[in-house]
Amino acid sequence: METTAAPLTMPAAPAGVDAARRRRHLIGVAILLVAACVLPFLVGNYRVFQLTLVLAYSIALLGLNMLTGYNGQISLGHGAFYAIGAYTAAILMDKFGMPYWMTIPIAGAVCLIAGFLFGLPALRLEGLYLALATFALGVAMPQILKHKSLEQWTGGVQGIVIVKPEAPEGLGLSQDQWLYFFTLAWVVLMFFIGWNLLRGRIGRAMVAIRDQPVAAQAMGVNTSLYKSLTFGVSALYTGVAGALGSIAIQFVAPDSFTIFLSITLVVGVVVGGLASISGAIYGALFIQFVPNVADQLSKAAPWAIYGVFLLAFMYLMPTGVAGFIRILRARLKR
Amino acid sequence: MDQLIHQILSGLATGGIYASVALALVMIYQATHLVNFAQGELAMFATYLAWALIQAGVPYWGAFAITVVSAFVGGVLIERIIIRPVENAPILAVVIVFIALLVIFNSLAGWIFSYTIKPFPSPFPAEPLFGNSYVSSHELGSMAITLVVLLMLFVFFRYTPLGLAMRAAAQNPESSRLVGIRVGWMLALGWGLAAAIGAIAGMMVAPTVFLEPNMMGGILLYAFAGALLGGIDSPGGAVLGGFIVGVLENVVGAYVGTELKLTVALIVIVGVLVVRPSGLFGKVHVTRV
Repeated sequence: METTAAPLTMPAAPAGVDAARRRRHLIGVAILLVAACVLPFLVGNYRVFQLTLVLAYSIALLGLNMLTGYNGQISLGHGAFYAIGAYTAAILMDKFGMPYWMTIPIAGAVCLIAGFLFGLPALRLEGLYLALATFALGVAMPQILKHKSLEQWTGGVQGIVIVKPEAPEGLGLSQDQWLYFFTLAWVVLMFFIGWNLLRGRIGRAMVAIRDQPVAAQAMGVNTSLYKSLTFGVSALYTGVAGALGSIAIQFVAPDSFTIFLSITLVVGVVVGGLASISGAIYGALFIQFVPNVADQLSKAAPWAIYGVFLLAFMYLMPTGVAGFIRILRARLKR
Repeated sequence: MDQLIHQILSGLATGGIYASVALALVMIYQATHLVNFAQGELAMFATYLAWALIQAGVPYWGAFAITVVSAFVGGVLIERIIIRPVENAPILAVVIVFIALLVIFNSLAGWIFSYTIKPFPSPFPAEPLFGNSYVSSHELGSMAITLVVLLMLFVFFRYTPLGLAMRAAAQNPESSRLVGIRVGWMLALGWGLAAAIGAIAGMMVAPTVFLEPNMMGGILLYAFAGALLGGIDSPGGAVLGGFIVGVLENVVGAYVGTELKLTVALIVIVGVLVVRPSGLFGKVHVTRV
């Protein structure tokens, strides 16, 4: 990365190196998965709960990264889709008595439609203008959720309390551990789909639209369709994450989904690394744990410490943690 | 009808504040193509400084002058020390740096001055001027100050060599460097001016919204909307956009109700942008393949 604004492009490798690299990749993922499975047995229930949230955030960040990192559309309002997902799950469980595991695909589908519909007018807006439009969505969402006409569904300012799902009998898992594994399964599924989506034709089209929209169109990429579909899929990911997060927290209320959540998500994407799948995990760890660390360092001005952390991260790794690791690896190889 | 006139006039007064902050945003945008999300918090911090000075017994206009000068110096220092190292980083990384500045200043203000709401004095008389019943003298006064600031800026950029150099540095950094303009310092000056404008806006708005660390949040958003509505690459457009947003916000607040005011105002603005994607006065961009 030398000059300009363009984020990292996907590295292309010669065919011979490809197989070895893929094997190493697979081994890495397997180690990560084993570690993720062992972890909840080593730490207390509260830490397991926090890790569950990290998993949920990582899905949301992957979704936002598709839109911002790969497709170049900046959204400052993804907290709204997180809220829609969370509320869909909560309302389905609370008002319709649906089991928790059934609500997640529905929350995703609702967000896919919402995102696609929002993406259509947003097609005309670029850069900062899109940022403002999405920002408006993020600001409006808590007010909409509080509105009287929706109160019988959303519970107004009070929100909705969700019953914590029981672990299936015979597994010997605590409720928190069960939720952790349930969320982990979704993470594996969503990352697998995301990985397949991004490395193939669709992913290349998304990157082409980001880097050279006119050239992409000339090559036969349907720019408008891809852009609004990316918006939809990105919202789907964020909605699934919102549903999983709300089940873990067992509570939804309008004030948990302020514009601050949207900004936190953007922070997570950039700190983790734009246009990188693994970046979603680093970013999720950052947004879950760094505020806690900052709070322990200074009770008086925790957010000042958080800001200093952010500054330090951006100075040391302007391309995010994933970009930093990539540079480090390239240097070690030489 | 009376109520409508009243709403429009006080909308113009708040619009003036939005216009100032929008102008500050546009100044930094023109030079760097970035929107400074920390602009509002810088203004808030400067206003606290003015408050502290007044508490210490400095007369209002003295505190006003000291605050504007120190905001200017602060803006220059922030550009030199914090923004310069990330000059060549990806755009979103710089945006995150702005967000970091925002939370740092917000948190510091709360820590130093506490989160309790403080009244802030207005330099203008309490009773309305000329016996009118539509607009308070603070509203009139802050409108006048906004207009004076805008006029001074216009004269500075249009008729002074330094203003010309700053415009050149923003428009074409490479060529400006070749003719001997110190582009980096022009950028820092721009930050200083933006911070000073913000400080004035902060001191003008504080008597109406009261002084607290989060006072500029909504204002920054409206200013951002105003700047985009007018066209973010046109200073005149941004000022007009700020006024339009102010009036719109007040009228919507009066007729739709305050709870949905922000939402409705934003939806209207986004609606306008969908029809005119570069804002009302912005240049339409032509992309080169």
